[in-house]
Amino acid sequence: MSEPTVADTRRLNSKPQDLTDAYGPPSNFLEIDVYDPQTVGVGRNRFTTYEVRMRTNLPIFKTKDTCVRRRYSDFEWLKNELERDSKIVVPPLPGKALKRQLPFRGDEGIFEDSFIEERRVGLEQFINRIAGHPLAQNERCLHMFLQDESIDRNYIPGKV
Amino acid sequence: MSFFGFGQSAEVDIVLNDAETRKKAEHKTEDGKKDKYFLFYDGETVSGKVNVTLKNPGKRLEHYGIKIEFIGQIELYYDRGNHHEFVSLVKDLARPGELSHSQSFDFEFTHVEKPYETYTGQNVKLRYFLRATISRRLNDVSKEMDIVVHTLSTYPELNSSIKMEVGIEDCLHIEFEYNKSKYHLKDVIVGKIYFLLVRIKIKHMEIDIIKRETTGTGPSVYHENDTIAKYEIMDGAPVRGESIPIRLFLAGYEMTPTMRDINKKFSVRYYLNLVLIDEEERRYFKQQEITLWRKGDIVRRSMSQQATIASQRFEGSDRSSSEKVPEPKEEKEDSS
Repeated sequence: MSEPTVADTRRLNSKPQDLTDAYGPPSNFLEIDVYDPQTVGVGRNRFTTYEVRMRTNLPIFKTKDTCVRRRYSDFEWLKNELERDSKIVVPPLPGKALKRQLPFRGDEGIFEDSFIEERRVGLEQFINRIAGHPLAQNERCLHMFLQDESIDRNYIPGKV
Repeated sequence: MSFFGFGQSAEVDIVLNDAETRKKAEHKTEDGKKDKYFLFYDGETVSGKVNVTLKNPGKRLEHYGIKIEFIGQIELYYDRGNHHEFVSLVKDLARPGELSHSQSFDFEFTHVEKPYETYTGQNVKLRYFLRATISRRLNDVSKEMDIVVHTLSTYPELNSSIKMEVGIEDCLHIEFEYNKSKYHLKDVIVGKIYFLLVRIKIKHMEIDIIKRETTGTGPSVYHENDTIAKYEIMDGAPVRGESIPIRLFLAGYEMTPTMRDINKKFSVRYYLNLVLIDEEERRYFKQQEITLWRKGDIVRRSMSQQATIASQRFEGSDRSSSEKVPEPKEEKEDSS
């Protein structure tokens, strides 16, 4: 019996890839855009809403193309629901900016354009990070946030 | 230690008979320094001379005996006082008396059993050394000489590949394959990762080699993990049906053979950790143990010699070299 002196480093055999798999759309398509900030209301009852548009081909999402309007407190609600019910480490939201809500400021406070843009970017990063998490995808609160017209805060929390 | 020049003091030195021809091996000590030591294998004889040099010529050296020991011991760092000796041989070189001049003593430890490999780790070390001692009334004079022992194996008869399908339900399914389960220290890991389902956005994939040193028993078991290597095997997003090849050369990494439950005191095991990282830096991993073994450089000859020595040790030491001896396992059996 002779022992091999040089290791065989040839590649292992593998199945050739199906061309529709190679060139077709990937199975992990998920894009969420947070855009079009609109400030609604007057005076001290003003608040800003953002358009949240999701496009996906993941089977876990019932609708593959949705568009809803959400405000900052809706994102906060989602973060709290996920922190309570799921085991994941929830990424941070952009700041609450309480200082900006104090009176006697020289600028528009939380309705300042630059601030709204900063917040929009942060919210977009937040929702994309969360929606791509396999465990977060099982939570009803995430689906309600992305796909229902409005958030029912009296919903029954649970898994999809 | 001498008292300000009164009386006689001596220096002890150990010299091996085959110091000119014997190979040396590098070994990293506890403080991280790399040193070279004489290399021995199981069954080899350790022989040499103990040189006693008197510091003050003309004066006599009174002593209570001169001896040399060959010791193999395990030392747990959290329990330094207790050395666990698994080999302890002693040869008396001189009876209690006097030395009037510097002298040299021959010694031979014949066909010494060295069952384990020399190991210096994070929480434990296993070492072999010679210790020559001149016993005296107040303080002994002694000298230690460490040697390194390597344990050799041959190509295993059974060496199945590792092939497994793993994943997260509806998210990520892969099939990984490594060509062997037992690799020698200069071997190459050849494998592949086949993607069956990819619903997450993978950014890259790497394979890590993790060394796990386990010390202690029962409730006080302690694992020390150390990532020896990180090797990126894929950069970019794979889709279903893609096969990513793996070719990882082990010779470039500092590793030891797998050691299982050495003298019931410690283990050193190695794992391949396949890690996939997605765009949000989330990590998905699968760990798989591999067995590492040390291949001899000139395997044929040293195995025959070791087999000869082992058989002599087993059946008695009076067999002459011209007698037939059983062949090592992997060759055809001779009827003798």
